[in-house]
Amino acid sequence: MSTVKLTYREAVRAALRHALATDERVFLMGEDVGGYGGAFAVSLGLLDEFGPDRVRNAPLSESGFVGAGIGAALGGMRPIVEVMTINFSLLALDQVVNNAATLRYMSGGQLSVPLVVRMATGGGRQMAAQHEHSLEAWYAHIPGIKALAPATVGDARGMLLAALQEPDPVFIFEHALLYPLEDEIDEEPCAVDIAHAAVRREGSDVTLVTYGGSLGKCLAAAATLAEEHGLAAEVVDLRTLRPLDTETILASLAKTHRMVIVDEGWKTGGLAGEISAQMMEQGFDLLDWPVQRVCGVEVPMPYAKHLEEAALPSAERVVAAVTEMAF
Amino acid sequence: MSPPAGQPATRKRPPRQPALEREHSLHLLREMLRVRRFEERAAEQYSLTRIRGFLHLYIGEEAVGVGVMQALTPDDAIVATYREHGQALARGLPAASLMSEMFGKATGCSRGRGGSMHFFDISRRFYGGNAIVGGGLPIAVGLALADRLQGRRRVTACFFGDGAVAEGEFHESLNLAALWQLPVLFLCENNEYAMGTSIRDELAQPDIHLRAESYGMPAEEVDGMDVIAVETAARRAAEAVRADPGPRFLELHTYRFRAHSMADPDLYRAKGEVEHWKERDPIALFEERLRKAKLLSDDDLAAIESDIAAELDQAIATAEAAPIEPLEDLTKDVYTLVAG
Repeated sequence: MSTVKLTYREAVRAALRHALATDERVFLMGEDVGGYGGAFAVSLGLLDEFGPDRVRNAPLSESGFVGAGIGAALGGMRPIVEVMTINFSLLALDQVVNNAATLRYMSGGQLSVPLVVRMATGGGRQMAAQHEHSLEAWYAHIPGIKALAPATVGDARGMLLAALQEPDPVFIFEHALLYPLEDEIDEEPCAVDIAHAAVRREGSDVTLVTYGGSLGKCLAAAATLAEEHGLAAEVVDLRTLRPLDTETILASLAKTHRMVIVDEGWKTGGLAGEISAQMMEQGFDLLDWPVQRVCGVEVPMPYAKHLEEAALPSAERVVAAVTEMAF
Repeated sequence: MSPPAGQPATRKRPPRQPALEREHSLHLLREMLRVRRFEERAAEQYSLTRIRGFLHLYIGEEAVGVGVMQALTPDDAIVATYREHGQALARGLPAASLMSEMFGKATGCSRGRGGSMHFFDISRRFYGGNAIVGGGLPIAVGLALADRLQGRRRVTACFFGDGAVAEGEFHESLNLAALWQLPVLFLCENNEYAMGTSIRDELAQPDIHLRAESYGMPAEEVDGMDVIAVETAARRAAEAVRADPGPRFLELHTYRFRAHSMADPDLYRAKGEVEHWKERDPIALFEERLRKAKLLSDDDLAAIESDIAAELDQAIATAEAAPIEPLEDLTKDVYTLVAG
C-alpha cells in the first residue's frame, strides 16, 4: 500500500476534495471558504476546482448558514459547513440544539439531517478569550448529534469521510494547532471507524485519556513518565466525544487501575468530569486511585503567552498528576 | 374531506382578481371553517385536559394559511411556526393525525413527540412546526438552496410572525435568500403582537415589507383577512418565484381573535381593539361576499358545517382510541438506526 505525506490541514482538504469529486450532493459552505481559502487555509484551491456553487462563501451569519445547511440536508444535499472557530459557532447554537439535533426525534423519525459541521477549536495561538476556547463538551452534551475530534493526520481525513456517511448531524472539532502536523498516511482516502477510541500508546501503570490537541501532550508526558519515572502510561485517544466509547476506556482502566483525563475544556461541568463519573459508575472496583483531571484553568483565555500557557494543560501538568499518585 | 393542496384546477385560474367561482369559493370557505372548528374543538379538548402543553390557536388568521396554500403545489415545501394548525390542515394533513398528535398518541403526525407546536409530514413536505421564533427561516433558505443546487423549480413557503422580524435569523435569512437568489416565499403573518407585545413597542420600523425591500426582494402588503386577496397575492408571488428563482415577500395583515396561547390571560389588548378586528372576521366577510354573489345558500353552509363536525368528531374519536407510543421507544429516533 502506497503512502503519502500530508499535513493535518492537507488531510482535511484531501477529504473535502474527495467528497466533492465523488458525491454531487456534497458542497462546502462557510465564511471565507472560497477565494480566501478558509480562515485556516483548509479549502485553499477548492474554489477553482469546484466553483462557487459547491465551494460557497457565506456571509457572517452563523445561524443563517448553519440553518441553511440543515435545510439543504433535509432537501437531499450533503452539506459540509465550516464555521471559523468554535467561539463563533455559539451564534448558531439555536440551529444546532433546536433543529439539527431535534428534527429527527421531534418529527417522529420522519426527517434526518445528514449535515457535517467543521470548526477549529482550542488554544495556544494567543488569540485570547473570544477565539480559542474548547467548548466541544457542550456539543457532546447534546443527544441527536455526533461529535468527533480528530487528533491525527489520518483521522483528519478519514473521520470527515466517515462523517459524510452518517445519516445524522456530525460535528468535527479540529484543534487549530494541529493543522501543520505532518504524517505519512495511506494514499487512498477512505472513511475510518468512528465508533471506537484508539489506544495510541500501550502501558500498564496509568491510563491517560485525551483527545484532539491534547493527544501530543499526553504522548510527550507518557515518554517522560517512562524515561524519568519508570512508569508505563497507556494513552487513549477518545476520537469520538459523542457517543463516548466507554468500553475502550474501561478496558484500559482494567489494565492500569489509574486514570488521568486530559482535556483543554474547563473542568467544571466538562467532558473529563463525565468520563470520571462513568469510571466511578462502571469501574469503581478497578480503581486503585481517584481519577484525576488535568483541564483548562477556569479563566477566559488570556492573551499573554505565559498566561495562556499556564491556562492550558501541559505535558508537565500531566506528569505531575501521575507522579503524585502512589504506586 | 379536504382536497389536496394546490390542485391543478385551481392553479390555472388567472392570477389577478379572479372572479368568484362557486366550487373554488366553497372550497375556500370550507377550508377556513375546518380550521376554525378544528381550533374550537382543540380548545375544548384542552379544557378537558386531553391536550396539554402549549396550544396556540389560529382563529382569526384562517384566510392566511388557507389562501396561501392554494398557490402551492404538492412539490413545494412548507416551513411553519408553532401556530401551524391552519397551515397543516390546509396542506392536507388529516385532522385525525393532528388531533392524535396533540393527544400524545403514537399515530400522531409526529408520533406524539411534537405536540401542538411541532406538526410534521414529510410526505406532504410539511417541515414543522418550529417553536423558536425565527428559527424556521434559515431552514427554509436551506431547502430552497437544495432545490436551486439540484435544478428543481419549486417553492419553499416560509411562514413566520411579526415577532420574528426582530430576530437576527430573520435578517440573516433574508440576506442569504436575496444574495443567492433562492426560491423562498417569505410569508410574514403580521398579527400585530409578538406574544404580548405590540409591534409598535417591538419594531423601530413596523412597516415590515420595507425591511424585505431593503434586501432587494419584491415585497407586498396584503389584507390577510381577505382570503381572495391572500390567494391572489400568493399565486402571483409563488409563480414569480417559480419563473425567476429569487425570494418574494408577503406581509399579511391579520389578527388573532384568541389569546396568544391557552396559558395567556390576554391582558395587553384593549377589548375594543379585538372587537374592531372581529368585525373583519375573514370567514364572516367571505360568507357575506358569497351570499351577495349568490354562490352560497343556507343549505350549502349547513352541509359544510355538518361535514366538518362529522370529520372532527371522527378525528377526536380516532385520537382517543389511538395507541400510545410504547415506553421502550422513548429513545428511538434520537439517531437514525443504521442497519448492520
